[in-house]
Amino acid sequence: MSGNFPWLTVLAAVPFAGALLVAAVPAGKRALAKNVALLVTLVELALAIAVTVKFSPNGDRFQLTENHTWIKQFGVHWALGVDGIGVVLILLTAVLMPVLVLASWNDADAPQVRMDGTVGDTAAPRSTHAFFALMLAVEAMVVVSFAATDIFVFYVFFEAMLIPMYFLIGGFGGAQRSYAAVKFLLYNLLGGLVMLAAVVALYVATADADLGGAGQGTFDLMRITQAVGTGELNLNPTAEKAMFLGFMFAFAVKAPLWPFHTWLPDTMTEATPGIAVLVTAMVDKVGTFAMLRYCLALFPNASKTFAPLVVTLAIIGIIYGALLAVGQTDIKRLIAYTSISHFGFIIVGIFALTSQGQSGATLYMVNHGFSTAALLLVAGFLISRRGSKTIADFGGVQKVAPLLAGTFLVAGLATLSLPGLAPFVSEFLVLVGTFSRYQAAGIVATFGIILAALYVLVLYQRTMTGPVKAGVEKIRDLNVRELVVVAPLIALLLVLGVYPKPVLDVVNPAVDDTLSQVEKTDPAPSHPIEQVAAVTPLGGNK
Amino acid sequence: MSSGLQLAADAADKVPAPSIEYGKLSPMLIVFGIAVAGVLVEAFVPRKARYVTHLVVALGGMAAAFGAVLALIPGVKDSGGEIAAVGAVAVDGPTLFLQGTLLLLGIVSVLLMAERKLEPGGDAFAPQAAAAPGSAQEKEAAAAGLRQTEVYPLAMFALGGMLLFPAANDLLTLFVALEVMSLPLYLLCGLARRRRLLSQEAALKYFLLGAFSSAFFLFGVALLYGYSGSVRLDRIAVATGGAMDNDALLLIGLAMVAVGLLFKVGAVPFHSWTPDVYQGAPTPITGFMASATKVAAFGALLRFFYVALPGMKWDWRPMMTGVAIVTMVVGAVIAITQTDVKRMLAYSSIAHAGFILTGMIAANEAGASSTLFYLVAYGFVTLGAFAVVTLVRDAGGEATHLSRWAGLGRRSPLVAGVFAVFLLAFAGIPLTSGFSGKFAVFQAAADGGAGSLVIVGVLCSAIAAFFYVRVIVLMFFSEPRADGPTVVVPSVMTTAAIALGVTVTVVLGIVPQPVLDLADKAALFVH
Repeated sequence: MSGNFPWLTVLAAVPFAGALLVAAVPAGKRALAKNVALLVTLVELALAIAVTVKFSPNGDRFQLTENHTWIKQFGVHWALGVDGIGVVLILLTAVLMPVLVLASWNDADAPQVRMDGTVGDTAAPRSTHAFFALMLAVEAMVVVSFAATDIFVFYVFFEAMLIPMYFLIGGFGGAQRSYAAVKFLLYNLLGGLVMLAAVVALYVATADADLGGAGQGTFDLMRITQAVGTGELNLNPTAEKAMFLGFMFAFAVKAPLWPFHTWLPDTMTEATPGIAVLVTAMVDKVGTFAMLRYCLALFPNASKTFAPLVVTLAIIGIIYGALLAVGQTDIKRLIAYTSISHFGFIIVGIFALTSQGQSGATLYMVNHGFSTAALLLVAGFLISRRGSKTIADFGGVQKVAPLLAGTFLVAGLATLSLPGLAPFVSEFLVLVGTFSRYQAAGIVATFGIILAALYVLVLYQRTMTGPVKAGVEKIRDLNVRELVVVAPLIALLLVLGVYPKPVLDVVNPAVDDTLSQVEKTDPAPSHPIEQVAAVTPLGGNK
Repeated sequence: MSSGLQLAADAADKVPAPSIEYGKLSPMLIVFGIAVAGVLVEAFVPRKARYVTHLVVALGGMAAAFGAVLALIPGVKDSGGEIAAVGAVAVDGPTLFLQGTLLLLGIVSVLLMAERKLEPGGDAFAPQAAAAPGSAQEKEAAAAGLRQTEVYPLAMFALGGMLLFPAANDLLTLFVALEVMSLPLYLLCGLARRRRLLSQEAALKYFLLGAFSSAFFLFGVALLYGYSGSVRLDRIAVATGGAMDNDALLLIGLAMVAVGLLFKVGAVPFHSWTPDVYQGAPTPITGFMASATKVAAFGALLRFFYVALPGMKWDWRPMMTGVAIVTMVVGAVIAITQTDVKRMLAYSSIAHAGFILTGMIAANEAGASSTLFYLVAYGFVTLGAFAVVTLVRDAGGEATHLSRWAGLGRRSPLVAGVFAVFLLAFAGIPLTSGFSGKFAVFQAAADGGAGSLVIVGVLCSAIAAFFYVRVIVLMFFSEPRADGPTVVVPSVMTTAAIALGVTVTVVLGIVPQPVLDLADKAALFVH
């Protein structure tokens, strides 16, 4: 391959082309459509692995960069490039997609539930095609969001992603799905539009500073962050704060940060398990990723000003999500609230503005992706067998379906951050990073872990142990397809739990770079020896 | 005899014949020519052959006029624009850009008007407009299978007026263009084949309110003449640049002319005709009005404010900012409560008028070019959307009540999908032309120091998104009704119109560069 092969454009184009290909499969051939979709996601996975291999952790901040003029009048360039954080999240996306395609294999074949709860007579003739084509379109847009280094390009795909997601949520899933889809879309659209105002304002500011040359502004992330660093772009504090809030609002809705989270439980409850994973494990990650990449780098002063506020909201989210999870009677809703709690951890890690915190947050994005995927998908298998989402309808599943119960347990333990499983490492890093700057926040967040143990173990106990409830005895164990779905996730949770170093090595330089843009150094540890002892074995700190 | 000749020669010396640059006016002359030819066709061509003859004349004429616009571009590029017809008409970048846009929209509109496969009785127009609704004459005309073809010359007169409207360089020409454009439209509104009372009511309302606004306009022209001593826009600009005395005449005149123009644009508080007229008019005419009239009226508005009143920026901007804000808010909020698809699109067009005003208020070059771009994007989406409305029918004609559209996505995924694309473009979702346009006007507004408008704009976009999304929900996520409407397969003409709409929407969303570039180059007004 030549040196300037457009890796990232290809990475974005393959799922798009795949989506068109799947949509073009003749109407009757559902199986063919599925196989094409699976093949496309596997090709994408191979490409993502190739990109990861090409990426050198200690090289430039942004690698595999491409830059072509797209819309000259707007100062927009088709500019892509990945840093360590981006590459890891792209890989997460690419790994999860084939898993999700397999997990959702039959979801779109059957007639969908009507709004009144009855099941429709027939499935729409091309429902399977639409389902997988839309999924691939989402994947492509997520990849572009992770790879964009032009704010406009990021914005366009960040927003456009809502449309296929909207059809996926509204077209497939539970009886209230259309309500959930509209709520999802309107919340996120509002967030995005507020961000649009901030994007326009930022452009005008860059035009005033003549960053684009010839009186034009620019959307080039690298150019703007450089100008912010050198003081060439000197936003007045009020404007900077307003723009930060504009960007942050969109990401806080997307992530979601308490109190902007209310769309998530509805969406996750009503969507099919595969789509729910798509939302929490990938689409929402764009929100937390963008906080790291855009909020901090573009508005360092405002980020510092608002960090205590954001940390407070995130801590509230951790406890609030966990408490509500404990009280849920619906399995999927429970998992949704655990996600809100976990997003709290991720956001705390980002806004603690310490290197452990941000490395931990990035690692957490990956781990949360895998653990939630495992938990939700297994829960989905369970729910589809019993035909009920209510916890009280289950009991004693481990006697009739031991494999299902076992994988559910591992996924659950990962969710509660059991040492040895991947999320533990990231949660620990986040807590260490938070504690060194915001002690109180660190302490309160720790309660989130205790509550996590409560909601996961109670859920397991009520559904899997005890006497076999009526209706549960017919539950079959996992079949081969489902095992293929769950096995890689469990394996990754174990591997990353024991040996997270490769991911951290890739992530750390980018995190350090981000922090240097915010001009925050890690606070001097009051007990240096403990600090080193705590972090060195993980290979995270340097 | 010889003395008579002598007299004529003397008169010619005393009153020199104005020199008219026929070449520069050729797009308008061609369209007015085919309009007159259309009247002759109506008079002399046998009834059977009229439809085809009209189509050939109208489409051919518009294509020729479009060619004429293209031919004029190099000259304008070199000279930066010229004033023609003794100061009455400006042939410059904005004129040619808008005339080209209007001609393309006109071609698409005529294709929609000429559709004859949808309506069992013929086309969208009344078999005999003069017959009272429900009368024996009307039944007779319907039974005889009459199909009216006057709509083509009428539409061509209206289009001619529209071509002149953004080109007019003095206020009287502007007024003449306004009337030439409006009068045929009043008539066309009342020609619907179905729901004739509603249609006639729409025509009457449009006519009365339109006459009222024309009076305002004319009064304003008189006041401006009184202030500046001229009706020419450039001379008014010179006059406003000078002494500040007698400002009352100027300000009141400015406001009154603005009222007349804002009425045509459909901006709040001069919008009240829009929903009724859009609903009552035959749908192809609604599409023609919603797209082409708006393009022409915004062109005139731009020229009036940018050429005649640049020195008055600080006086007219607060007023127009207020109008833009209420227009966006009222359009977006009231659209939510609509249950008829045509009324909903009417309120949506009001909200869009507000967005376009946002660009205009920037009062810089980017303001002009972003407005021009938005007009192209908006015009094609609107025509496409109304074209789709003509397809969804039941026994009573077009099924415009929104509840009837439930489950359309299950029955006719293609038509519902196309309509969804248009709705998403209206909502300004990225990768559609609506987003490119919105971004352009917001960027221009923010650059021009109208940041508050951008904030109102994004919030109204969010409100507006709600009702566009609601229709998508209805089409895709609701169960189809057993007695629901059917999608009639149209002829190649409507299909072409819709296909063009979708293509423009998607292309301007993904690669807006060429058209933006064109709008950028065309954004300089000649003074």
